[in-house]
Amino acid sequence: MIGIVDYSLGNIQNIKNALEKLGQDFILSSRKEDLMECDAIILPGVGHFGEAMNTIEALGIKEDLIELAETKRMVGICLGMQLLFEYSEEGDAAGLGLLQGRVRKIDTDHTIPHLGWNTLNSGYDALDQRDAYFIHSFMVTRSPHIIATADYGVDVPAVAQYENVIGIQFHPEKSGDAGLEILRKAIKGGFQ
Amino acid sequence: MIKKRIIPCLDVKDGRVVKGVNFVGLRDVGSPVELAKRYNDENADELVFLDISKTQDGHDLMLDMIRETAKELFIPLTIGGGIRSVDDIRQLLNAGADKVSINSAAIKNPELIREASDTFGSQCVCVAIDVKYDNERKDYYVYTHGGSKATDIKAFDWLKQAADLGAGELLITSMDHDGVKEGFDISFLKEAVKLVNIPIIASGGAGNIEHFVELFNETDISAGLAASIFHNQKVEIKDLKEKLNEEGFEVRLS
Repeated sequence: MIGIVDYSLGNIQNIKNALEKLGQDFILSSRKEDLMECDAIILPGVGHFGEAMNTIEALGIKEDLIELAETKRMVGICLGMQLLFEYSEEGDAAGLGLLQGRVRKIDTDHTIPHLGWNTLNSGYDALDQRDAYFIHSFMVTRSPHIIATADYGVDVPAVAQYENVIGIQFHPEKSGDAGLEILRKAIKGGFQ
Repeated sequence: MIKKRIIPCLDVKDGRVVKGVNFVGLRDVGSPVELAKRYNDENADELVFLDISKTQDGHDLMLDMIRETAKELFIPLTIGGGIRSVDDIRQLLNAGADKVSINSAAIKNPELIREASDTFGSQCVCVAIDVKYDNERKDYYVYTHGGSKATDIKAFDWLKQAADLGAGELLITSMDHDGVKEGFDISFLKEAVKLVNIPIIASGGAGNIEHFVELFNETDISAGLAASIFHNQKVEIKDLKEKLNEEGFEVRLS
């Protein structure tokens, strides 16, 4: 069972569709008791880092998420990935601090947002040279946990992994068959 | 690097795809779900559905259609047509749309762009602009209501304003070129792309593969959209992408 963290931010319908396509049971909840029953937790998110953390604090689930990550596989997607880190300049806010690194505006000569399909570069066969759909304006920096990047004038962190915590900057649920396979691996034990 | 995007656009009325769809091998050519699956398999990079119903029933059927389509479509889906408010946008996003495209309503009320991008994030707000050259006034002007109503708004001013208000992307249709199939409006697009720092989808005029090669050679536009030439398979997306790849453009091949 997969638990999708329900904190009313962003569009989770397509993550649900992707899990259905993968034949994966899931629940949507913000209650720790429910999420404790799950094998893996997906932290979705689209929008503004500071506001997302405010919502998480207001719901009183920040400590729960940190505690869940001690025993459960925790997969953050898009903004959900960024929330796993220590800090973001978007809203000047602290994140969950499950991964080392800081989030800042993408510093590139190209158009912002970084929008569209880009190729992953990775030492992991399951990720390397896969095409993925990105749409974001902020990115992780100064992190030792990045296992895949995409070239956008600057190396944009695409996947982070440390122990049982995984962050995916792109939208695996919108990245075709390659994306679905990456999502499946992320919730089933990570990238080896 | 980011890849050039190829985007088919489907006109939808009362939950059914209309106009010029002539796919071989589809049981039901009017079914958005079947067409979406087809384009998904052909490696289209995104899909745009344009709702031309203009009725409440049509709007409701569109929502059902998006829900069904999104179950089988694992590439981004943009919905346009008749969007007037933040509530309209919320309904579409909740049904499974990834982006919405706002056109006439944004002209009437530009603040809708800001409201939408503040509420949902600029990444899901695409502003669609229909542009036509005015021979008397010697400039490009914006048209609304599916290109049927002229305005006094200069196209170059409006696209800058839309970007400033928080649009995440622009979809620009050159009406002089639309349906003529003699190529994109290169001179307009070349200027447009210099004025904003957000991605632009070019629409109107694509009649063959070479037109896309020309678009990407001559401008910094990141995406090309077309309708009938994809639906009637005059241009196969696979062939188009292989050609672009040969020409040295990065495209998603699988």
